[in-house]
Amino acid sequence: MSVADYAFYLFALTTVTGGFFTVMARNPVHSVLWLITAFVGATGLFVLLGAEFVAMLLMIVYVGAVAVLFLFVVMMLDVDFAELKAEIAQSLPIAMLIGVVLLMELGTIFGTWVFADGAEAARQSITPAISEIHNTEALGLVLYTDYILLFQLSGLILLVAMIGAIVLTLRHRTNVKRQNVIAQMHRDPAQAMEVIDVKPGQGL
Amino acid sequence: MEGVGDLRHPRREQDIMVGLEHYLGVAAALFVIGIFGLFLNRKNVIILLMSIELMLLAVNINLVAFSSYLGDLTGQVFTLFVLTVAAAEAAIGLAILVSFFRNRGSIAVEDVNVMKG
Repeated sequence: MSVADYAFYLFALTTVTGGFFTVMARNPVHSVLWLITAFVGATGLFVLLGAEFVAMLLMIVYVGAVAVLFLFVVMMLDVDFAELKAEIAQSLPIAMLIGVVLLMELGTIFGTWVFADGAEAARQSITPAISEIHNTEALGLVLYTDYILLFQLSGLILLVAMIGAIVLTLRHRTNVKRQNVIAQMHRDPAQAMEVIDVKPGQGL
Repeated sequence: MEGVGDLRHPRREQDIMVGLEHYLGVAAALFVIGIFGLFLNRKNVIILLMSIELMLLAVNINLVAFSSYLGDLTGQVFTLFVLTVAAAEAAIGLAILVSFFRNRGSIAVEDVNVMKG
């Protein structure tokens, strides 16, 4: 076994363990931290596979943005998680059953299999040799030419998601005092004060 | 293209010794854990969203593994798109969650039956 093999088993174990405890952890904050562990393990797997750009993207987008968003929401909402956890024992048997059946089905990949005869000819964009073009550049050459329409559309999806998230969470509170700069600048002494002649011995 | 050769063997044989099915095995395990989590935490929406993220991560591992072993960059391009959609989905899902929590004071999904006809 080479170093790469040990690295593979290390990262695979990290990923699967992280995933398992994401689902099983009692505290949702711990769940998010285990999710981050799973993402870091998957990043290692991607680096081993030679997909450096996707690995770094996973690190930046998932660990840096999505996982932190989860953490933010978990900590912001004041939820009684113990109550939500109460029914786990009840749903454990059916979850175990479905999990085991699916795992057995997916486990058949370890049997005999071959790539189809046409697989090599059907490749859309062949990976150039790593000595000529590195991964990020090769990916850019494909992404900005063959997949430019999908690239633009994914940008549109992100825009819609951003606007949607803002619309959903924006809240106008009614009795909060805000500074209105325009109104402040257009005040003049005539509006701002009133001179009252108070007679002696009388109130206002 | 030189160095492609027999597809049962990886493109960079000296770098990658473990076979494709090992990566597929990891992805399968992760996917099953995701589904297991969906059934286990049926009330807690935050864990449900995290389970969906795990399943999408399993899909990404599959795509990148096939991309690397077949020598085809398309798999990695699609991983980018899956990442984009997953990020958008997480943002919208959490926004709905926050807005739901403000209205109901709870995130138990079994209470979500106000739209029942």
